[in-house]
Amino acid sequence: MSTSPSTTVVTAASASAPGTPSFAQSAWLVAEREIGSKLRSKAFVISTLIMLVLALAGVIWGGFAAANPSRTPVAVTGQTASIVQGQKGLTVTTVADDDAAIALVRSGKVDAAILPDATSPVHVKIVAKDKTPTELVAQFSAAPSVELLDANPQDALLRYLVAIGFGVVFLFAASLFGSTIAQSVVEEKQTRIVEILISAIPVRALLAGKVIGNTILAMAQIIVLVAIAIIGLGVTGRGDVLGGLGGPMVWFAIFFLFGFVLLASLFAGAGAMVSRQEDIGSTTMPITMLILAPYVMVIIFNDNPVVLTVMSYVPFSAPVAMPLRLYLGEAMWWEPLVSLVILVATCAAAIVVGSKIYSNALLRMGARVTLAEALKA
Amino acid sequence: MLELRGVTKSYGGRRALDGVGFDVAPNRLTGFVGGNGAGKTTTMRIALGVLDADAGEVSLDGSPITATDRRRFGYMPEERGLYPKMKVGEHIAYLARLHGYAKADAEASATRLLTQLGLGERIGDKVETLSLGNQQRAQIAAALVHDPEVLILDEPFSGLDPLAVDVVAGVLQERAAQGVSVLFSSHQLDVVERLCDDLVIIAAGTIRAAGPAEALREQHAGRRFELRTTGDVGWLRAEPGVEVVDFAGGSAVFDAQTDEVAQRVLRRAVSDGAVLSFSPRRPTLAQIFKEVIQ
Repeated sequence: MSTSPSTTVVTAASASAPGTPSFAQSAWLVAEREIGSKLRSKAFVISTLIMLVLALAGVIWGGFAAANPSRTPVAVTGQTASIVQGQKGLTVTTVADDDAAIALVRSGKVDAAILPDATSPVHVKIVAKDKTPTELVAQFSAAPSVELLDANPQDALLRYLVAIGFGVVFLFAASLFGSTIAQSVVEEKQTRIVEILISAIPVRALLAGKVIGNTILAMAQIIVLVAIAIIGLGVTGRGDVLGGLGGPMVWFAIFFLFGFVLLASLFAGAGAMVSRQEDIGSTTMPITMLILAPYVMVIIFNDNPVVLTVMSYVPFSAPVAMPLRLYLGEAMWWEPLVSLVILVATCAAAIVVGSKIYSNALLRMGARVTLAEALKA
Repeated sequence: MLELRGVTKSYGGRRALDGVGFDVAPNRLTGFVGGNGAGKTTTMRIALGVLDADAGEVSLDGSPITATDRRRFGYMPEERGLYPKMKVGEHIAYLARLHGYAKADAEASATRLLTQLGLGERIGDKVETLSLGNQQRAQIAAALVHDPEVLILDEPFSGLDPLAVDVVAGVLQERAAQGVSVLFSSHQLDVVERLCDDLVIIAAGTIRAAGPAEALREQHAGRRFELRTTGDVGWLRAEPGVEVVDFAGGSAVFDAQTDEVAQRVLRRAVSDGAVLSFSPRRPTLAQIFKEVIQ
């Protein structure tokens, strides 16, 4: 027998005698095929590898750039000037008193002020603006106390990078696997294999299988990207960023799961409305816009709490905006839960609408099926 | 026995099928013939359950068809399609699994069938690398791989070379002999004529003729006869009640007004000389088709 060995990993418990496969078995067979055919596509494997390498390179570069040991500007007063004498990597400004030193910190001219403090083990304290100057602290034999003038806000660049990070990952994964679904729906319609498929299994099992298969692929990609981010930050010694990002990344994954199923159902419906690959753009464009909008808006409005708050409740942008707000510490603990409920409800509605369009339009060949026709009957 | 009764379907305001009813019997090949747009594909899709009828019913062995029954159907759609990037063997096995076969059984069935259809060498090749004729064979394998009890094939012979037609016809006859009910449509009336036990003729959404091919021929035979003698049959032209269709020296084809007239012609011919043959002229399927669709 010259069949090549099948690459399927999991075998659904199928009856040995030809019986009727259950809905779940049918859907899983379809999902398996979707995953297998994607993993065997050279274009997909190569582009995924390139993306992962780029992501890793980006994280590592970003980490090193941020940790680049440059001279740290510090302010001292007459009392503390002797402490920094002979220390490497510091640009020292000596000022008259504590207030003048703190003013320099506030203005950003120096990263930190080294001031006398009797309660501290080394008799000095370090005053910084919004983040602990870890390298400076490390230069003392015993850790001096650290006082932050602006404890809460994250630094603007990091905020921007995190916003772009969530935005790009969402955009890439959702549009890649969303359009994969639409294309595979049209492929089945165009080649008419869909008629054979739905004579064998229920239409909804076919749709469910496609959505499940691509959701697994998309989630796998997200998880690999998150792993890369963690490894990259760890390697470059930016583990401190992870502390704040860990929770939001988990939320991102949860939001992405439902957000993607929502989009996937719509993509499947949109794909079913046309009969040729060439026409696919005409029906998927509105959905592509729904994916693109959160990305663009989160970049423009990542420092606008009102817009971010609204975005974090709108189902299409919530997967990007809510984790960002969590990272920024702007969201209350219950907010992601409420937003998730809204998202899951919208997701359920999208599955109903998407499968209705899909079932109604699947066998209509020729001219594009209008939305009204697809929703009727 | 697959039975369609009063099946009606409209698209928008246009009535595609109007009270379509016929039987597809087990152990027999039923040919489904009609012009373009007559309603063949719509009928087949409804029989298969991929399309819902507005009215009428489809039943199998006397009870309305359920989704479970339909898993035991094999279908070849009008326009061919398999996943171009999948390997032939895996593809056919995948379809068998969708019909409930276990993995090993599905692969064994796919290999056996593809080999029988002459694609044994191509099992590991991608569908898109096959020639059109071979893709067609793979398509037939897709319809047969799960050993269906009812086969519905839309134009299974189009695009096949004469040798492939024989291979496919052989497979279909074999399945029918095993008790499968086979319905197939075709434009190739000669193939239908050669293969079919039963015929269904559809035009403009209504069934114009249905039944055993032999009976249809009898029914549409009229009183056309062919007479071959050793002598000259020129006298036929003067015979009352006779219209000569074709004439060549000792032989002629003629239509008789009544059976009486035909018998009279035969007696005269016998008395004139040696009659080599005298037989009713069976109409060809093409002739019946033209007649009934008018």
